[in-house]
Amino acid sequence: MTNIVLDVDELTTKYITRFREDIYAVDHVSLQVEEGRAVGIAGESGCGKSTLALSLMGYYFPPLHYSSGEIVIDGQNITEMHPEHVRKTILGNEIAYIPQAAMNALNPTMKVINFIEDVIHAHHPRMPKKEIYELAVERFQLLGLPPEVLQKYSVELSGGMKQRTVIATSVILSPKVLIADEPSSALDVTSQKMVIKMLKDLMDKGIVKAMIFITHELPLLYHVVDDIMVMYAGQIVEKGTVDEVIFDPIHPYSRALMGSIIVPEEGLRDVKLTAVPGTPPNLKNPPSGCRFAARCKYAMPACRATSVELEDIGGGRSYRCIIPEDELRKAYEREDKER
Amino acid sequence: MNVKTKSDEILRGVGLTKVFGMGAGKTVAVDHVDFSFKKGEVISIVGESGSGKTTLAKMLLALTTPTEGEIYFEGELRNVASHGKRKEYWKNIQAIFQDPFSSYNIFRKIDSVLLDCIKMRGGRNFSKEKKEDLMREACSFVNLKYDELTNKYPFELSGGQQQRLMIARIFLLKPKILLADEPTSMIDACSRATILDMLMDLRNEVGMTPIFITHDIGLAYYVSDTVYIMERGRFVEYGTADDVILNPQEPYTRRLLSDVPKLHEPWDLSTVG
Amino acid sequence: MKHLLRQIFRSGKFVVGFVIFMAIVLTTLIYPIFVTDPPLEIISRGTFLPPGVYVNVYDSIGGVEHYNLVLDDAASRRIANQLSDDDRLAMQEWLIGNEVPESEIDITDTAALLELWTNNFDPTVRLPGMTNADRNYYIRLNSRLDGLLDTEGVVIAEMNEESGQLTEDYVIEQNIYVNVGELPNIRWLPLGTDNFGRDVLNELVTATRVSLNIGLVAGVVATIIGLALGMISGYIGGVVDDLIVFITNLFTVIPGFVLLILISFSIGQEQRGAFTIAVVIGLTSWVWTARAVRAQVISLRNRDHVNLSKLSGHSTIHILATDIFPYIASYVVMALILQISSGILAEAGLSILGLGPRTTDVPTLGLMMNWSMIYQAHISGYWWAYFPVILVIALISFSMNLMNTGLDQVFNPALRD
Repeated sequence: MTNIVLDVDELTTKYITRFREDIYAVDHVSLQVEEGRAVGIAGESGCGKSTLALSLMGYYFPPLHYSSGEIVIDGQNITEMHPEHVRKTILGNEIAYIPQAAMNALNPTMKVINFIEDVIHAHHPRMPKKEIYELAVERFQLLGLPPEVLQKYSVELSGGMKQRTVIATSVILSPKVLIADEPSSALDVTSQKMVIKMLKDLMDKGIVKAMIFITHELPLLYHVVDDIMVMYAGQIVEKGTVDEVIFDPIHPYSRALMGSIIVPEEGLRDVKLTAVPGTPPNLKNPPSGCRFAARCKYAMPACRATSVELEDIGGGRSYRCIIPEDELRKAYEREDKER
Repeated sequence: MNVKTKSDEILRGVGLTKVFGMGAGKTVAVDHVDFSFKKGEVISIVGESGSGKTTLAKMLLALTTPTEGEIYFEGELRNVASHGKRKEYWKNIQAIFQDPFSSYNIFRKIDSVLLDCIKMRGGRNFSKEKKEDLMREACSFVNLKYDELTNKYPFELSGGQQQRLMIARIFLLKPKILLADEPTSMIDACSRATILDMLMDLRNEVGMTPIFITHDIGLAYYVSDTVYIMERGRFVEYGTADDVILNPQEPYTRRLLSDVPKLHEPWDLSTVG
Repeated sequence: MKHLLRQIFRSGKFVVGFVIFMAIVLTTLIYPIFVTDPPLEIISRGTFLPPGVYVNVYDSIGGVEHYNLVLDDAASRRIANQLSDDDRLAMQEWLIGNEVPESEIDITDTAALLELWTNNFDPTVRLPGMTNADRNYYIRLNSRLDGLLDTEGVVIAEMNEESGQLTEDYVIEQNIYVNVGELPNIRWLPLGTDNFGRDVLNELVTATRVSLNIGLVAGVVATIIGLALGMISGYIGGVVDDLIVFITNLFTVIPGFVLLILISFSIGQEQRGAFTIAVVIGLTSWVWTARAVRAQVISLRNRDHVNLSKLSGHSTIHILATDIFPYIASYVVMALILQISSGILAEAGLSILGLGPRTTDVPTLGLMMNWSMIYQAHISGYWWAYFPVILVIALISFSMNLMNTGLDQVFNPALRD
């Protein structure tokens, strides 16, 4: 049985606004990542995927607060630890997080090598500079980055190079889990490719054991991750392997999302893109029933009545809808024929 | 080069150039660009950031003056020397921008956006009811309810609603050419199709020529008849969408296409430098 | 708009500054309603009268009711007024220096001390280590002590015109009191008088009003010029921008205050009215505002909503007024407040140097400072002639800056603490 590196159980975190309101941006999310696998979290802006990324670190900055649930990394339950202990021993060592536009983390007044020294000294205060330098050179070469970059200032580097530098730095202590939030969104397509290659290398070369990749661009996920979870309004609405979810989605929202993918491939011009009216619900007062019901074309009165659980249908697949799987599939077939 | 009949042509550029700065520090944003757009043709100009596509768009919109070159509108040399002439030109060409929120003056109610369009079309002296009717019609074209939106400020609308209202504005103005600068890049994936459909409906109803400016080559392929690929101020390749995307000739186009992840083709990451 | 005002008044700093400022403004407006004397009227002969309640002695003697009050401590208070503990110690020091044995001196026994003093004091004696000022002090002290222990009253005598002889009219005993409320002539001078003998408080209130007006005019002139030049050069760009930037740079390089002094000097005394000075200050201090507005406008002119406005056919004036100005309005309000504050300070600075408004027309805060400096009030210890002025200038400046900081936090959420 393969090792489960990251085990998240019913994690709930909330934002507390200035007016003392609770907004549950991550609502009872459970996920498991096995060693050697990468999981993608797909969803649109406001669904809570970035908040989920932050929450998985186990270290919370106000207005984000932990509410309930467990996060276990390689056997260690970090939700039971003191936050300072998490900061010192878990962050960077066991789990690394790359925020959006991470390239801005580079201090413009420092050379890259000094930045790396800073990061390492936060965890290993006594590591000598020579050792750090050797580690950095070795790691950079392994990931295809020229070691000359170490002696440069961030303003001398291109956007793609900066992003890759920050990614390489954040995993320099070989953490078990890497969480990447839109690591390539701010870049042009060529730099994007370089970043994605680096992330794949990190997994292939065993530098990190598991990865969580968060993005709204589904074609990227297809080439990088093994499993996908689709998120909507703070909840996971579908789980499965990447082929299953992208080419055979079950949940109506997943299907709409997959139907709006645009890739420059033959056949794209014959397809009609899916359009879904409306906007996601306000999480200050989430609807009592299914959160997608207001925009769903298959919605029935029962959908709005009670909250819907994530239903496991075996083989690692699950989806959050009260309509049985085969009924949904039949409806989808009918629609595809009509097009 | 395709031969296009003169009567079909709506916009033509000859040697269009824009240079910023002087001497050693000058940048050539647009470098002797030639093009000829037909009426009703859906055109996309694809380029990465720094390719000069935004500067080209500004020249087409007469928001910037070209350093060199001429633009012909409907076969005649464009004259935008005076404010009055520019106002005339802008009855025929309009734009939609990437960030829907920043397109609005945050201090004015959204009605003012539509009223300005009515005035531009000579409706300054229409009765209040007639103006309201026009605004209601424009809003319903984009699936917005005028009565719900009137007297609101831009921040009270969602991004999708804001962009749709911009399309309603175009519906009121009915220009011959519409320049859409990344119209869906800041819109949710599920709402993208709505925006694109509305733009195509407009084109069908009004006979408008849409010109999309984008970095997303997939979007360009989906929506256009003709695609122009722009790199460092020059058009490196152009042709029908199928030709350019399925059968790219130029190395830049090929590289651009290979750098985009697709679903039914493998993504070769080994070519990364 | 309403929402904005509510937000502004919720800012603590703004409210405190606003309250202080309005208190000052309202005082300058309400005070003259109750006190109608002209501020520059000379009311005392003799300079720098200290603050206090001035009671007319002539009226106390003659026309009012005399009351008898027997108060135990009246005598000792009289003595203590003239002979403080410090004075007693000084006397002891003098006596010791004059070889009177210390054991004989008891400073708590007034009578004995005075007797020793009268027997021993010699105004011509110069003790070692005694300065001239000390000697004068002892002479003054001596004359004060004359008749200190007398218990007899003061005789009011009438002079017979023909014989030139004085005949006793009546005696004012030491226990005669008058009711201050019945006296016709009392003048309360809370801040005393200045070097010319004018009521400082009255002057101060008027001076504050004049300085505020000057500041307002200077601030408005500077802001209008800065706003106009900044908007035009920022929006139009090109040659116009180059020209205006050149002029702005000229004014930057020349120190504003020096320019102000030169202009003020060359106008000449005759022309220097308060309004003229205000305009001159405004004309030399617009530079900072123009620069800041220009920078803001340059960043605004390429925004989408401006481009869209152009595409809607709006004229340049329309765009400047509706698409550019509201976006910089909050900034302009803050700039105006700072310009007013610095206008007041600039006028004060000019006036201290004697280059401010004409001295005969109206007082200004700076002029009051000028007078007190010229007549050396600070050296002589006449604090009432300059300290209240400094306090008012500081309060005005402080309250305006506080309002500005409060506004800054409202308009720029990133600065909120």
